[in-house]
Amino acid sequence: MKLSGAEILWECLVSEGVEVVFGYPGGANMPLYDAMLNYPIHHVLVRHEQGAAHMADGYARASGKVGVAMATSGPGATNLVTGIATAMMDSSPVVFITGQVAAHLIGGDAFQETDVTGITLPITKHNYLVTRPDEIAEVVREAFYIARSGRPGPVLIDICKNAQIEKTDFEYPADVKLPGYQPPLHAPKAALEQAVRLLEKAKRPVILLGHGALISGAEEAIQHFAVKTHTPVAMTLLGLGGFPASHPLSLGMMGMHGEAHCNLAIQNADLLLAFGMRFDDRVTGTLKTYAPNARKIHVEIDPSEVHKNVKVDVPLVGDLKTVVTDLIPMVDEYEHDEWLQQIAEWKSDGDARSIMSWPDDDKLYVAHLVHDLWESTGGGAIITTDVGQHQMWSAQYYSLEKPNRWITSGGAGTMGFGLPSAIGAWFARKDQEIWTVAGDGGFQMTAAELTTAVQEGANVKVAIMNNSFLGMVRQWQEFFFEKRYSGVHMKSPDFVKLADAHGVPARRVTKPEEVKEAIEWARQTPGPVVLEFVVVQEDAVYPMVPAGAALDQMLRRPVRQK
Amino acid sequence: MQYTFITLVENKPGVLNRVASLFRRRNFNIESLAVGRTERPDISRMTIVMDCEDDTVAHKIEANLYKLVNVIDVQDVSKQPSVTRDLALIKVKAGPEQRAEVNNLAAIFRARIVDVATDSVIVEVTGTEEKIEGMIELLRPIGILEMVRTGQVAMTRGAYEGTRRTPGANGNGWHEVDESGLAEY
Repeated sequence: MKLSGAEILWECLVSEGVEVVFGYPGGANMPLYDAMLNYPIHHVLVRHEQGAAHMADGYARASGKVGVAMATSGPGATNLVTGIATAMMDSSPVVFITGQVAAHLIGGDAFQETDVTGITLPITKHNYLVTRPDEIAEVVREAFYIARSGRPGPVLIDICKNAQIEKTDFEYPADVKLPGYQPPLHAPKAALEQAVRLLEKAKRPVILLGHGALISGAEEAIQHFAVKTHTPVAMTLLGLGGFPASHPLSLGMMGMHGEAHCNLAIQNADLLLAFGMRFDDRVTGTLKTYAPNARKIHVEIDPSEVHKNVKVDVPLVGDLKTVVTDLIPMVDEYEHDEWLQQIAEWKSDGDARSIMSWPDDDKLYVAHLVHDLWESTGGGAIITTDVGQHQMWSAQYYSLEKPNRWITSGGAGTMGFGLPSAIGAWFARKDQEIWTVAGDGGFQMTAAELTTAVQEGANVKVAIMNNSFLGMVRQWQEFFFEKRYSGVHMKSPDFVKLADAHGVPARRVTKPEEVKEAIEWARQTPGPVVLEFVVVQEDAVYPMVPAGAALDQMLRRPVRQK
Repeated sequence: MQYTFITLVENKPGVLNRVASLFRRRNFNIESLAVGRTERPDISRMTIVMDCEDDTVAHKIEANLYKLVNVIDVQDVSKQPSVTRDLALIKVKAGPEQRAEVNNLAAIFRARIVDVATDSVIVEVTGTEEKIEGMIELLRPIGILEMVRTGQVAMTRGAYEGTRRTPGANGNGWHEVDESGLAEY
């Protein structure tokens, strides 16, 4: 029996185990939407295609499966672009399906025609333009395989309208034929032996745990390795949750807003073991003085990341979990008490400066609020964030014991990511408590998705940290532009009334004594809830490594006298 | 220094654009790029000549090429014994009185006159880049009206293979693990 291209697409998605797609219909994908009604896949109608992209991304990160977002041609597809770039930078497996004008119209500037494969070429892992229905099955099979394997990433399929309508025979291919795409698994024995030689001589080793640890599912192997070799573990922003925050070997987060003792440990290390991370400028500070005395071992699945920013001594190209598992029996038990003692001294200085040891001054600080949220939720909620100060405070104070609960736009730094990614995460983990922490700025970028949450009954709690500023830009202007505030004052709508208009229960919190009760009320109220916290306007995130400075040249929070 | 890479890619629409777009995005400058079919209908071959500071940049280029799903193999043949050829068509301003001179030069370079018109001739010359540059220099005083070059193509001699710096890509192993810099371990 012959099927239309649209039917073939849905057959393929069902075969791939897709349960939900996030999308928006339009002229060039109407045949897909018509056929969709006959298949057991739930469609979430978003309010803007960027929301669909972030939802699919949030779904992918919370589930470990491939997320799917759909849009029509032209503006529908271009609205996805920010979300595609976000998924690309954070190696998130998402398949994007866009409608395209009929093949015979391509190149003629037809209505709603845009060169979508051209636009998305540098921000996808791979993309396809499909002009015939008989291409669809093979392309979808490949797209899902490419999206989730190796270093995951977004794959876009642009399907011409005629290919959606025309009929052909359907058979879902069992295998993919990709001679140019064979992700590595094991690193060679000789290279592993080199790594062991470096480890044996190391006195001050540090593991740098990145997003790759979570993607590869290497958390347990790394913990085993760290304990056996007595090596402390620093995490990147996206690596948080990859190693238990309460573990004695945990150094917390590294980088621009990382823990001071963590950055000091990296700068003073004699061996860095980079596990699934890419030496992004936000974690290295200036490269000229980065970890000057350290040998470097880099375990990484993407060969183009090796030597990209930091020249390493031993590259181990392969799957992180496989490589670390291979390494464990090759290493002896080492002892680094002296090194850990040194780090503990650095840490005690940080504790004295911590905002957590401040006396109550009747004002709301985001760091305190995140800590309260952590206490109330037992540290077990899925947290999604926007981008900026609240994101860094969430990273610092929502201490994670377990992986895949921390969903944030790291590489791209996309404002507006928080709410839609939380909705997407809810579809993946309806059993989990889900909170999004947002700023007043980022929330307003995708606030329209609040009504999507209502329509779907998504049980996501929104905490808006309202300081009436674009806080991070304001902080930079305060530190580096002589406090000349430019374009950062933000007047927001009444968030409680806004939520009310959406039918969302909401409260405004202005006093510390109201915080816990409000959080508890939100947790007990079913469905989406908005809490607006009116916080201190001009607080700054510490520590901070100024752009271009060395990693240990941190601006520290002044010690406040009790 | 000039590096020459031989790249095998799947013969599919848009692959050349992917390669070109990658070089643009990563800010690599292409000196020349020649693409054509191979002995296998499903595979095309690109010869890419780049100006790289050192091997680190060459590694970057190779590793980034492998990020493209359609790229099957990349080898650097700059340091291996290999045959490289460029082809140029040069239209020279030559009336009846200069033809003999052009003809003589062509003979020296083993070039051929492939078209003769009343006041111009087309010279076809094949060879290494240096040879073609030499020919151009000698023709320039006579008067070059138009020129086109294919860009270099390259092939290693005999059983020689180029360098593959990207272990882990498409089944590449470490042929020999680099021990430089680990002397004291």
